[in-house]
Amino acid sequence: MLDDFLTRAAIAGLATAALTGPIGCFIIWRRMSFFGDTLSHSALLGVCIGLFLSIHQTLSVFLVALGISAALQWLRLKSSLSSDTSLGILSHGALALGLLLLSQLPPSQIDITSVFFGDILATSRTDVAFMLGGLIVGLVVMRLIWHPLLVATINKDIATAEGTKSKMAEFIFTLLLTMVIAFSFKIVGVLLISALLVIPAAAARQMAITPESTAIIASLFGCLAVSGGLSASLYADLPSGPAIVALSLAIFIATFSYKLLKR
Amino acid sequence: MLITAKNLGIKGQDGWRVRGVSLSIDAGEIVTMIGPNGSGKTTTAKALLGIIAADEGTITRKESLRIGYVPQSIEVSRNVPMSLYRFLQLTKPHSPAAIQDALKLVGLGGIKDRPVTDLSGGQMQRALIARALLLEPDLMVLDEPVQGVDFTGEIALYELITQIRDQLGCGMLLISHDLHIVMSQTDRVVCMNGHICCEGAPASVIENEAYLKLFGPKASEFLALYHHDHDHHHHDHDHHDHDHDHNHEGHNHA
Repeated sequence: MLDDFLTRAAIAGLATAALTGPIGCFIIWRRMSFFGDTLSHSALLGVCIGLFLSIHQTLSVFLVALGISAALQWLRLKSSLSSDTSLGILSHGALALGLLLLSQLPPSQIDITSVFFGDILATSRTDVAFMLGGLIVGLVVMRLIWHPLLVATINKDIATAEGTKSKMAEFIFTLLLTMVIAFSFKIVGVLLISALLVIPAAAARQMAITPESTAIIASLFGCLAVSGGLSASLYADLPSGPAIVALSLAIFIATFSYKLLKR
Repeated sequence: MLITAKNLGIKGQDGWRVRGVSLSIDAGEIVTMIGPNGSGKTTTAKALLGIIAADEGTITRKESLRIGYVPQSIEVSRNVPMSLYRFLQLTKPHSPAAIQDALKLVGLGGIKDRPVTDLSGGQMQRALIARALLLEPDLMVLDEPVQGVDFTGEIALYELITQIRDQLGCGMLLISHDLHIVMSQTDRVVCMNGHICCEGAPASVIENEAYLKLFGPKASEFLALYHHDHDHHHHDHDHHDHDHDHNHEGHNHA
């Protein structure tokens, strides 16, 4: 069954969306969407480095994104720059380096459209195995850090004063975010990864009244968008990434209108 | 003793923000830190709570000390869907009955389902106090708990704080700028300005030169008022203006 590229793409896409739900919630609660953007931009650099060094792209994207997170943390501690400035430097710096590397790769080695906009044909068996493993690990870890991360999101000082292990939770969350970015770039493309984090969570926010229900609804919305987007990609020959994100947007517009009308 | 700090020093960007601070809080005691803006009250409290690391000195806590913290101000992102009811259980779950009692005590009964982001400044302060008291802490730390609360509200809030102390028997560390109310509801006053200028029972502190120097006319005015009240000359508004020409030399940097 896994020979079927569509099955592989569907498993990979749904696994990604299930995980981007809860992670995306924290991205919007902690106002980190620019950070998500920065990591997505660094994915291009990761892809190109992977091709140059002939290592698995998921791994190289993960490592580059990890490097960017570390660089951001370092800038935060050592420079007097505000975090949006640091992010701007890293985001566009990584994008430029990625584009430079891209221009040096022979066209036969890379399909630019699929890197930018996602390609459902690109999901290999290794990817599916990676993603299913990642989904299980990711959900378990998310469950474990949920409480301390939520307390730290509301107020860091309260978390520390009352003995919640929030620093550890924040660190693990960054790792998890990096992992999700590495998993999802093949499905949605490097330009639109952070959309899958932000839009379903924002749509869920319109309906949910507790943090937990927001996460679950965000996962469901993400899965809906992925299924629809992949189908559109298959039957209408559309690029998968933009189709998925456009569907997420449609879901957001629907939930937002529902909320406006209810008021 | 719940918590003891010895010779605490915390560096800022340019030099020491506080230095040589020794302080301890007992169970059932209300200790209030007063001092002008930037005098290191919040810094000292945060060091005691472990939020910022001290650059010198030691902090000793009673074993498994339970802390309830009411920070100066808190801004919850509107993106987070969280009811007041849930917010009260932020760090620990509580029984519905306990939550109801706490809400009633702080005067927020009936709005438990309201999103925390919709609370007014004064309501938020009360919610923060309710959240901390639900933890049944050994030590409660309240940083400017009456911010954004009107004068009558302030008095009610301080009475509430005393009531919580009586009920839980916990120690309390309060940070405040309002001399008048502080003096009537506190067991011990610690007067700060980068170091501890003076400390002791309210009656002794308000006569202290270091305190009078720090707070200037405001303190003198309050001192007059204090004597006025304590001499039982109520409704007698023809009292003399006191002479406040204190000699500030020999100021003791304790």
